[in-house]
Amino acid sequence: MTDRRIDPLAGVDGSGASMTVPRRGVEPATSNLAAQPGRRPRGLGERVRGLSPKLVIGLALILVIVLFGVIGPFLVGDPLDIRDIGRTPPSGEFPLGTTQTGQDVLAQLAYATRGSLLIGLVVGVLALLLSVLFGVIGSYIGGWLDESFSLFTNVMLVIPGLPLVIVISSYVAEKSIWVLAVVLAITSWAASARVLRSVTLSLRNRDYVAAARVAGEKSWRIIGVEILPNLVPVLAAQFVLAVIAAILGEAGLSYLGLGASGTFTWGTMLFQAQNGFALTLGAWWWFIPPGVLIAVLGGALSLVNFAIDEVVDPKLRTAKLHRDKKRIKRRLGGTAEGGVIA
Amino acid sequence: MNDVLLSVTDYNIVYEVEQPVHAVRDVNLELARGEILGLAGESGCGKTTLAYGINRLLKPPAVITSGSAVLHDRDGTDIDVNALTSAQLRRYRWDKVSMVFQGAMNALNPVAAIGDQIDDIFTTHRPGMKRAERREESAALLDLIGVGRDRLKSYPHELSGGMRQRVMIAMALALKPQLMIMDEPTTALDVLVQRDILQEISELRRTFGFSVVFITHDLPLLLEISDRIAVMLQGGIVELDSADRIYRHAQHPYTQRLLESFPSLTGERGAFVRSGDGSQSNGGSAA
Amino acid sequence: MSYLGRKLAFYLVALWGALTINFLLPRLLPGDPVEILIQKLAARGPVTPELRDSIALLLGGDSDAPLIVQYADYLRGIVTGDLGVSITYYPQPVLEIIGQALPWTVSLIGIATVLAFLVGIGLGMLAGWKRGSWLDNLVPVTTMFQAVPYFWLALLLLYLFAVVSSVFPVSGGYDYVYASVGWNWDFIQSAVYYGTLPAITIVVSSFGGWLLGMRNMMVSTLSEDYIVTAEAKGLRPTRIMMRYAARNAILPSVAGFAISLGFVVSGSIVTEQVFSYPGIGSTLLQAVNNSDYALMQGVFLVITVAVLGANLIVDLLYGLVDPRTRARS
Repeated sequence: MTDRRIDPLAGVDGSGASMTVPRRGVEPATSNLAAQPGRRPRGLGERVRGLSPKLVIGLALILVIVLFGVIGPFLVGDPLDIRDIGRTPPSGEFPLGTTQTGQDVLAQLAYATRGSLLIGLVVGVLALLLSVLFGVIGSYIGGWLDESFSLFTNVMLVIPGLPLVIVISSYVAEKSIWVLAVVLAITSWAASARVLRSVTLSLRNRDYVAAARVAGEKSWRIIGVEILPNLVPVLAAQFVLAVIAAILGEAGLSYLGLGASGTFTWGTMLFQAQNGFALTLGAWWWFIPPGVLIAVLGGALSLVNFAIDEVVDPKLRTAKLHRDKKRIKRRLGGTAEGGVIA
Repeated sequence: MNDVLLSVTDYNIVYEVEQPVHAVRDVNLELARGEILGLAGESGCGKTTLAYGINRLLKPPAVITSGSAVLHDRDGTDIDVNALTSAQLRRYRWDKVSMVFQGAMNALNPVAAIGDQIDDIFTTHRPGMKRAERREESAALLDLIGVGRDRLKSYPHELSGGMRQRVMIAMALALKPQLMIMDEPTTALDVLVQRDILQEISELRRTFGFSVVFITHDLPLLLEISDRIAVMLQGGIVELDSADRIYRHAQHPYTQRLLESFPSLTGERGAFVRSGDGSQSNGGSAA
Repeated sequence: MSYLGRKLAFYLVALWGALTINFLLPRLLPGDPVEILIQKLAARGPVTPELRDSIALLLGGDSDAPLIVQYADYLRGIVTGDLGVSITYYPQPVLEIIGQALPWTVSLIGIATVLAFLVGIGLGMLAGWKRGSWLDNLVPVTTMFQAVPYFWLALLLLYLFAVVSSVFPVSGGYDYVYASVGWNWDFIQSAVYYGTLPAITIVVSSFGGWLLGMRNMMVSTLSEDYIVTAEAKGLRPTRIMMRYAARNAILPSVAGFAISLGFVVSGSIVTEQVFSYPGIGSTLLQAVNNSDYALMQGVFLVITVAVLGANLIVDLLYGLVDPRTRARS
């Protein structure tokens, strides 16, 4: 390992909400102990077991929310039905109460979940495609293309996203959910493009890629067969982050009243709650549930992201080492500081 | 005054992973004052683990399961390394035993000037020293080791590999320790630089009289600079003898194999020993 | 090229990019902002041909001049500080309105961001240093805060601390009944009181990112050889943690500031809306709701320039904290 300079522009992790690991997966974990005979390859089963708590909890929460969004709308009534029982607290008939016009909050929540998930998914895919285009393709081909893609990425990165989205969407009066998704995607791909670029650059210089090139493989084939598969964990993490960012971004935009017209999302619910004075009149059942769902989904996705990170960089595991330490202490009563002594 | 500086007895280190790995087994070792002891063996044989154990630098899951390492101090007291509290351990480190690590690139803090990294040692171990004294002492060390005092404000990345290794050695000399553990100190360097540094170490040893534990997989190199050599295999010492006897009458088959595995250009055994200026090309194969 | 030169060049390019986006958006997107604007202006009084031209310059419209000429005129206008006239506050120039709102946002986001950075880096350092400790196990929990949208957290805090228990005021930037804007004690006290809840919102929702980044960097840094050297030197743990581990681990966080700042600024815009804070975010939304395009474009430009400026400063600071960047110059 030589001088690990960090390009201040490279932002190192660059992942959306700055919540991922710097240098993720770029370098193998190395230990300062030259002789470490204790390392033995971990089997797949063992790995899955080792990761399970975070991954399982994360996936379970996501599953519950997705099911609610997919099946929920069929089970509830019309979210637009107006009744003359405005702003009633939760009851048997309306488990989450009603809005100021007597609409069923639970019904709205089910439709909103569907809308938000859809946006998150579409934006996640679009942003991923854009980041692969600018991050992977550019850095693989190199030369002026890489330079200009990289510059473009960096410029997009320092221009604050939400103000740009606000400005764009204020010019587009009637927005469908798809227009909104495109707007969100073109303002949110840059961070992950940069992460992908740095990982691709390191992959590009690996011996097996050089070998494929010497053997006369076509560029698209090398990207598809040699590089992309190795990028999968990073791509997965970036996708997860893109989905979180999209759902948060859409919620913010809709809350400001700039969301898609005629669609229920968590953000539009919060917008309506705000306009219906839910806050000042204490109608907590109206504005709490959408936020809780956003937070839980975001939390679940970051748990999944943690789990992916730990596959990529075993050093980051917390629980495993903790357990080891405890076991050693229990068995031998040694001190952890300054070398362990039996 | 005792002639023995360090006694290691029945030393065992185990990596407490799911299938425990016995990295150092039943090592017994006595190191004389002023002696250079070579520790040879292939990578993973436990030589570095042993050296780290003597300084208690091991981290979990590595555990010293049994045995002791006792340093017989200059003033006559015996220091049982395993019994030191963490405060005592910090005082013991570098003051009695200093270390020179392999690959000095990463062994130096990349964001601190080397003068500050030497200064660190004095502020910790010699709190009475004044700032000017510390600076003068650091500068003198750099002069002594041939880096030059004008490099005090340099950062590690501004120095060549050889220079960095010299700075490491200067740091290791700072407190005039009685033992210096050198873990592959010259492995990453090119042969000429390697040669200079080895000569430097030998001279410094003569001047200051410290002992050296010199760890490397490069047996010819050890034959040249060591007084005695310990050959390690799978955590145990299989042979421990003077360099001369190891070279001429290696007993253990592993040692013999090691010796044979270094080719000589002239075909004669012994030609590989580097003798100053003429036969540099041989050393290259081992570097 | 020197480090400084490269940084300046990059931010100039980024600034040019932002200006160009600002120029192209109203021209390329559907709708006719100039007509809308002029109709609104006409309702307030006669629209002089000069005013009409000035608006067309900013937002495009039916000008016969080719795009490139419009572009040159637009850039000239920006350089001379002509951002047009607001219709919401007619006839106040856009620049003036922004000048009134900017100090609020800069102080709120500035203080909150620095606080979040310090708290996150400090806790991240400790969590990474003592891996597996209770603090370290709390790391996933703090990132949950990140998943919570800024504005929803703001709503929640507002509900709990201003509606349910009136510890803090419900909205505004200061008490305009008792204090008047200026450098007097009453006003500062009032501004701090009103700013506390928005600041807490920003800190709580953004420190988790710093924490996680720093924690992970600490973990990687602790396995570096120079940490072992420091331990072998017998240095005190606090010294190793600060001078060796944290000093190196903080570098990527500083370098990654650009990305985070964009998020903080975006989050703060919405937060300002929740608290009706008289900052640049509220101004932007007001402009959007009133179709006050000149004001909107101006605010976007100023936000972008401010973010670019902050990043430039941080990048220059980075040159100071990492000697290796200096060496390349």
